[in-house]
Amino acid sequence: MKPRVRIATTSLAGCFGCHMSFMDIDERLLALAEIADFDRSPLGDVKRCERCDIGIVEGGVCNAENVEVLREFRRHCKILVAVGACAINGGIPALRNRYDLGDCLEEAFLTGIGVTDPKIPGDPELPLLLDKVHPIHEVVKVDYAIPGCPPSADTLWTVLTALIAGDEPQLSGESIRYD
Amino acid sequence: MTRFTLDGREIPFRPGQTIIEAALAAGIYIPHLCWHPRFPPHGSCKLCTVKVNGRLCSACTFPTAEGQEVVSDSDELRRLRRRLTQMLFVEGNHFCPSCEKSGQCELQALGYYLGMTDSHYPHFYPRRDIDASHPEVLLDRDRCIFCELCVRASRAEGKNVFELAGRGIHTRLVVDSPTGRLGDSALEAGDLAARICPVGAIVLRDTAFRVPIGRRKYDRRTIAEVSIEEERPLLGEGNG
Ligand code: SF4
Ligand code: SF4
Ligand code: FES
Repeated sequence: MKPRVRIATTSLAGCFGCHMSFMDIDERLLALAEIADFDRSPLGDVKRCERCDIGIVEGGVCNAENVEVLREFRRHCKILVAVGACAINGGIPALRNRYDLGDCLEEAFLTGIGVTDPKIPGDPELPLLLDKVHPIHEVVKVDYAIPGCPPSADTLWTVLTALIAGDEPQLSGESIRYD
Repeated sequence: MTRFTLDGREIPFRPGQTIIEAALAAGIYIPHLCWHPRFPPHGSCKLCTVKVNGRLCSACTFPTAEGQEVVSDSDELRRLRRRLTQMLFVEGNHFCPSCEKSGQCELQALGYYLGMTDSHYPHFYPRRDIDASHPEVLLDRDRCIFCELCVRASRAEGKNVFELAGRGIHTRLVVDSPTGRLGDSALEAGDLAARICPVGAIVLRDTAFRVPIGRRKYDRRTIAEVSIEEERPLLGEGNG
């Protein structure tokens, strides 16, 4: 029998849209469960990543915790895959890069429309925001990228099955979309 | 008739034609962004780079010659063009999911065509000004690739609304009007200069997101197919 494949997934500065799209592979999830185990992933409840074959990262890097999780994924995963626009170029969260972080916080928590009880959250439990939002390839080495906002379930499936089979995933034509 | 070879195929040409023109006339697409059949070439984006007798040249500026051997469709050139496209993405602010031009954008379609899946380089995230002063046209400099098509079109229309100013990484698109704002310029929505931008830097208001996903220009057709269908008939209409 072939050894089972271990997969970990995470959402950093993303919206979980890529994970939702992944769920869209529908009954193929059952086929996947036959051959693969999920390590750390919002799909299960494991909080720390162990040795994995494939790590799937949604979202860019916007705070200190994102950096930590991303580095943990890189350490433990043989193959790291950036999934979706945010992981690849920062995406919508990176729209804040044109503004000063202090200004963003002030508008969101002090001066913005509809703010009640104005106070910038400062609980030490909260991860520290980075000055800019970054794509994940600026922090760790990334092996493959699947663009899209989100990528379609079929595209995710195509890449994942290729990786599990030990093949080089090939994206072309209509499976490459940036929106 | 005189001929050169392109990827091993014999291509006829007329004297004075550039490689890109003769190729397109023969129904062969060579990637390009700053070239448009109606205007003189600009030679800046280098996406049209081909090998002519073993040397890298820009197909939009390089003249055809008898017996020339030109290579356009090779893995090496595809890789180089992909890198150039990635550079264009990282030096601006291109967030396709929130862009009005998505699905109808040449830079994006070229990324698809070249199999670009990531941006490879670190992002610059430059700060550039948005000009929303015009009632009908929006200028979002974040997405400008400095192709000068708007500059050339406006010049041909006798208005000279646009110009590139500054050098290198500080290059930016400027507007000729008393205030420097688009709303105070002579630009009108009907001008070719307001409609020719290959990316989402100059967009007409009230047209955004009108075409549903699936029916946009590049949803079903590649940039190569669109170029052959839409640009090929314009060959020879040049006003330069
Ligand atoms: S101009 Fe083109 S490449 Fe840039 S964000 Fe808009 S659709 Fe994407
Ligand atoms: S605004 Fe558009 S047409 Fe003008 S230089 Fe920039 S990308 Fe080219
Ligand atoms: S198309 Fe030739 S340099 Fe841009």
